[in-house]
Amino acid sequence: MIEQHIVTYREEANELLAELETSLLELEENPTDEELIGRVFRAMHTIKGSGAMFGFDEVAQFTHEVETVFDLVRNGKMTVSKLLLNLTLRARDHIKSLLDASVSGEESDRAEGEAVIAGLKQLVPSSPNEPSPPPVQSQPAPDAEAETLKTWRIRFKPCPEIFLSGTKPLGLINELRELGTCHVVAHTAGVPVLNDMNPELCYIYWDIILTTARGMDAIKDVFIFIEDDCELKVDLIDDGGTGDTDLDYKKLGDILVERGDLSPMEIQKILGLQKRFGELAVAVGAITPDKVQSALVEQQHVKNVRQERATQESTSSIRVPAEKLDLLVNLVGELVTVQAHLSQTAALHGNTDFASIAEEVERLTNDLRDTALNIRMLPIGTTFSKFKRLVRDLSQELGKEIEMETEGAETELDKTVIERLNDPLVHLIRNSIDHGIEMPDVRLAAGKPAQGTVHLGAMHSGDSVLITIRDDGAGLDKEAIRAKAVERGIIAATAELSDKEIYNLIFAPGFSTAAKVTNVSGRGVGMDVVKKAIEGLRGSIDITTAQGTGSTITLKIPLTLAIIESLLVRIGPDYFVMPLSSVEECVELTRDNIEEAHGRHLANVRGAIVPYIPLRDQFSISANRPDIEQIVITNIHGTKVGFVVDSVIGEHQTVIKSLGRMYRDVRGISGATILGDGTVALILDMGLLLQSAEALEQGGVSSAAPM
Amino acid sequence: MSAADIIETVQYLTFKLDEEVFALDVAKVREILEYTGITKVPQTPDFMRGVINLRGSVVPVIDLRLKFGMSATERTVNTCIIVVEVELEDETLILGVLADSVQEVIEMEPEQIEAAPHIGTHLNTDFIKGMGKHDNRFIMILDSDKIFTDEELYTVQDVG
Repeated sequence: MIEQHIVTYREEANELLAELETSLLELEENPTDEELIGRVFRAMHTIKGSGAMFGFDEVAQFTHEVETVFDLVRNGKMTVSKLLLNLTLRARDHIKSLLDASVSGEESDRAEGEAVIAGLKQLVPSSPNEPSPPPVQSQPAPDAEAETLKTWRIRFKPCPEIFLSGTKPLGLINELRELGTCHVVAHTAGVPVLNDMNPELCYIYWDIILTTARGMDAIKDVFIFIEDDCELKVDLIDDGGTGDTDLDYKKLGDILVERGDLSPMEIQKILGLQKRFGELAVAVGAITPDKVQSALVEQQHVKNVRQERATQESTSSIRVPAEKLDLLVNLVGELVTVQAHLSQTAALHGNTDFASIAEEVERLTNDLRDTALNIRMLPIGTTFSKFKRLVRDLSQELGKEIEMETEGAETELDKTVIERLNDPLVHLIRNSIDHGIEMPDVRLAAGKPAQGTVHLGAMHSGDSVLITIRDDGAGLDKEAIRAKAVERGIIAATAELSDKEIYNLIFAPGFSTAAKVTNVSGRGVGMDVVKKAIEGLRGSIDITTAQGTGSTITLKIPLTLAIIESLLVRIGPDYFVMPLSSVEECVELTRDNIEEAHGRHLANVRGAIVPYIPLRDQFSISANRPDIEQIVITNIHGTKVGFVVDSVIGEHQTVIKSLGRMYRDVRGISGATILGDGTVALILDMGLLLQSAEALEQGGVSSAAPM
Repeated sequence: MSAADIIETVQYLTFKLDEEVFALDVAKVREILEYTGITKVPQTPDFMRGVINLRGSVVPVIDLRLKFGMSATERTVNTCIIVVEVELEDETLILGVLADSVQEVIEMEPEQIEAAPHIGTHLNTDFIKGMGKHDNRFIMILDSDKIFTDEELYTVQDVG
């Protein structure tokens, strides 16, 4: 996008420059034409303004200078002269070259620009009012060199009499250290034996390897006062570019040659002997050990710098289109299926070698699956921060004082899940703010702080994420909900309901607690839509509330939509899988048990009464009923319900496949998966199964309506 | 064969439902599978036989015999699943069709095909593109776009 704007700007600027040129030329004919002067001024003003906007800072700054002068002309403080026009035309050419330079990436001729500006400034009649500082982008254009870290080799060889002038070489080196990462090697070979030493002379010289973002000038500035009293050699040895992907730096020999410590001839000669080069060079006596040491330090330093850069680059993230990730996850899903087949076949053959390979593949596949799914995980925090703005705007609109707290923003969820959570969360937060939190005066009267709080939290819980929206508002009014539900015909007036059931009524279709419809939450979308959206994510929604102290809505969302842990069960010839997250235990159901319950679908689990749904009947599966069936006890939104199946096979890695369009309206089945032997098993949606079973029992009070 | 012939002549895959011969435009047919285990999806009409695993994808299978008011397809050695592609609202759906046996691929000229009579076929003529004459037999050419995009397929009644 930005790229495109830049191209547009350049085109526009070129047109303006052409116009500027014609105007200037016309102005030469009629130096007093105010309209022409205005045109010149406006053209430059536009170039400056848009230039600053699109990052052409150099263009903007330069144009500003020229514009300032023309402002004087426009205000009649200056007259148009031949010289001014010449300079302005030169300025126009310079702007053009600046623009062109930004395309080609070449360095523009700054001297020319400065010359033009200087020339223009000379023309300005001296006035007490200095032109105001440039309003646009007053920061100096960043030095191109400042961007990257470069590595320099500095050989600092002070003349022996350096101490006489009061210079401390150590201070200079310390100054260099302040510029960046620095390795210093002192060459002490020149130090004579103590007897011959003159303490007032400097016998030492230094090699300094410095990695700094500052340029050559900064380095030279350090030595500015002793320039004449030393030999100074500054060489760029690593330009910080990414071109050098090679981690290794030059060979030691090359470094020494480059420094002029050895000639290539000598190197060749030394290389003839087979030993480590450094030792050899010393052994031959070509150089002193400290020189080798110094070169080694350089080698190590640059290696470190490059390695660091390489790590930085490799740890930084990459952008990958989401489709590629989806494809990866699909492939992993297929691999999981094949792996299940492999394991099954291996178990069948009873060959231990085969079995161990199958196990190994299984382990790798599981790791691969986890990794692949993990790639799609994103922290939920990005969504949270969007809600801060929502809360701020809404509370202002409603005249309420509300603070938003977030917790667990780093909790990760599948990308698709996060995207699909956005709308339900917006709705729930709107609800909390609109219906939950009271006006400041009401709050104060109730002994609560005037400022309400909406707390948005996320945390992991097994293979799910719990998202809570908690407010310290008024809470739900049980009686009001009940009355409304009766009024809307959602429940019978005589219905006996637990508190929880009453609160859950707000999720019923066609229910809205708001006495008046506000433009905040009364948008025709009820909590039932929120519930549906959450169930669409195979999640669940739960509400706890205390009148006067606030409500908490908890969303339980599966981590991913692609692969789940599940329990594989069988009814007659058909296989089904149940998401393991809601399964609690399995108990046997014998014919005797059924008789004891006198036809009621209730099981006695360690003294507790658990209702069960015979899936065989629900699904009209006619195959023979075994003598001992299994009840899979599940926990659905806090309610214990059993599902009766013929037998429980075991845990299964379920790759979720869509049943497609033809089956999208089937209730109670949320998808399909492929088993190890290639047959298709259906994924049960226990929440919906429970609902339709309840609907059936109540004689179809609210018969399973098409979604 | 001239280019004009290719445009005008269409190749059809013929198959049998009971004793009757039907045909589908070959361009719509993706592949033909041997009969494999079909998993019934509960609470769906009988003619929706269920789903199969087609190399990792879950593909629905429909029983045209039931859809056309005949008895359910019995599994024999010749029973096949014809996998067809159907365009529905910019989406390509893949689905399987049970056939008692697959016959052959034939070419039929447009003049060999007549409009289906409104009576006498015992079938909903909306689903039939035309009647083709081939080797002194009548072949019912199915309009796959109509059959497989029939509303009934996508609005599952709750039969539970």
